[in-house]
Amino acid sequence: MRPFVFTQAQNQEQALAAAAANETAKYLGGGTNLIDLMKEDVERPSELIEVAGLGFQEIKSNQNGGYTLGAMLSNADTANHPDIRRHYPLLSMAMLSAATAQIRNMATNGGNLLQRTRCPYFYETSMPCNKREPGSGCGARNGMNALHAIFGWNEQCVAVNPSDMCVALAAIGAKVQVQRVNGTTRTIDFSDFHRLPGDQPEADNTLQPNELITAIELPKPAFSKHYYYLKIRERSSYAFALISVAAGLQIENGTIVRAGLAMGGVAHKPWKLTRAEEFLTGKLPQTKNFEQAAELAMREARPLEDNEYKVEMGKKAIVRALTQAYEKNA
Amino acid sequence: MATTINVSVNGKKYQDEVEGRLLLVHYLRDKLRLTGTHVGCDTSSCGACTILVDGKAVKSCTMLAAQADGATIKTIEGMAEKGKLHPLQEGFKEKHGLQCGFCTPGMIMTAANLLEDNPHPSDEEIRHALEGNFCRCTGYHNIVEAIKYAADKSKGGDIEHADAKELEKPLFEVPS
Repeated sequence: MRPFVFTQAQNQEQALAAAAANETAKYLGGGTNLIDLMKEDVERPSELIEVAGLGFQEIKSNQNGGYTLGAMLSNADTANHPDIRRHYPLLSMAMLSAATAQIRNMATNGGNLLQRTRCPYFYETSMPCNKREPGSGCGARNGMNALHAIFGWNEQCVAVNPSDMCVALAAIGAKVQVQRVNGTTRTIDFSDFHRLPGDQPEADNTLQPNELITAIELPKPAFSKHYYYLKIRERSSYAFALISVAAGLQIENGTIVRAGLAMGGVAHKPWKLTRAEEFLTGKLPQTKNFEQAAELAMREARPLEDNEYKVEMGKKAIVRALTQAYEKNA
Repeated sequence: MATTINVSVNGKKYQDEVEGRLLLVHYLRDKLRLTGTHVGCDTSSCGACTILVDGKAVKSCTMLAAQADGATIKTIEGMAEKGKLHPLQEGFKEKHGLQCGFCTPGMIMTAANLLEDNPHPSDEEIRHALEGNFCRCTGYHNIVEAIKYAADKSKGGDIEHADAKELEKPLFEVPS
């Protein structure tokens, strides 16, 4: 690993000031992804500013009925928190399907939002990658791309976001709170937090330089009864999703009054299935409606050479996740 | 630029100057000479380097020594007390939970965190907890048995009796 300066920030003002003073510095939360990438020589920060000890560790309920998750709280403590298990079991389920016990103990919520793609061309420094080295080309576009995107990609980047947590947050409709160096704060809708590659595939999200994630806001719970996180992967433990579906249904008097639906493993960002959600609202929770929602969701899929399987798998996964969500506590 | 860290490892306090990029596993192995914690893959995949930091199992190959400042650490060397094996160590011995032994320290530390959170896990819960620990020898079966042994022991179960019954069962049906 290349040498760097390790800075222990005593408070958030110090952390923000240190980041503002060094444009090649990075914040360090749990480090489960960043330290790995530094060993691989993919990330080369000149300074790490440790933010794990700054607080932001609490889970609290809000007046609007929602909850706030501290950005520095570990994934394990979040997923296993009694309030989260009870009110947002979809989020718990997705988070517990990710990584391993040791990584969930170390990884922070803010860090999970910032984890980088596991595209093998991004990791392999001898290959071209516009995300790692802008302008060098995309090795995966015409390379081995079975694990890559079917939505929202372009010639510059076909990588997918690897997070499970973020797929659930997209389905739930979370918000991200950030702090800026001038002391002001900003709230970002979850669907605007991650971005598509566009002409800047090196940027995974819409954070501005130095902004620090302090919390994730969850809306009033809607899917505490009918929920399911379906994760399809090449082996049944410790693997990233080929396709995942986070499905939440709010059912009143036998009718779906609200649906939350998002997919992982298919795009550069957690892929919210807005059209399918709208279609399901006001419908009966029946297989034919789930199938129609799945068709709508996958209509604009554009598979690459090696990943056409994801289109059919995606439809089946949506139907299965919705069915499981409905049947849970039905 | 060095950082000063204060850590407690297996009940002993240390203060050291460490370089930012020094990994915690290398601090433990090379500086404190606690070589029971192994480096397998060096990419947080295999779990051989698992230790307890403030009671939580973490992979020490993907944590900086500087991140451990102020932490209470336990490694495999801290498990036995007064010359007596920890029930997990005893379980691995009694149930043949190892062959080459390379993964064993990490397995035991991960299991220690599991039993702390969930003293009586089911087989499925044990397997889920171990998904970050690879064993290339045993096929995991006896590792699960070893952890159940430790869980039973803490429950005050009649282990000797259970053992005897276990031994009576043939491992494979021999076709006649």
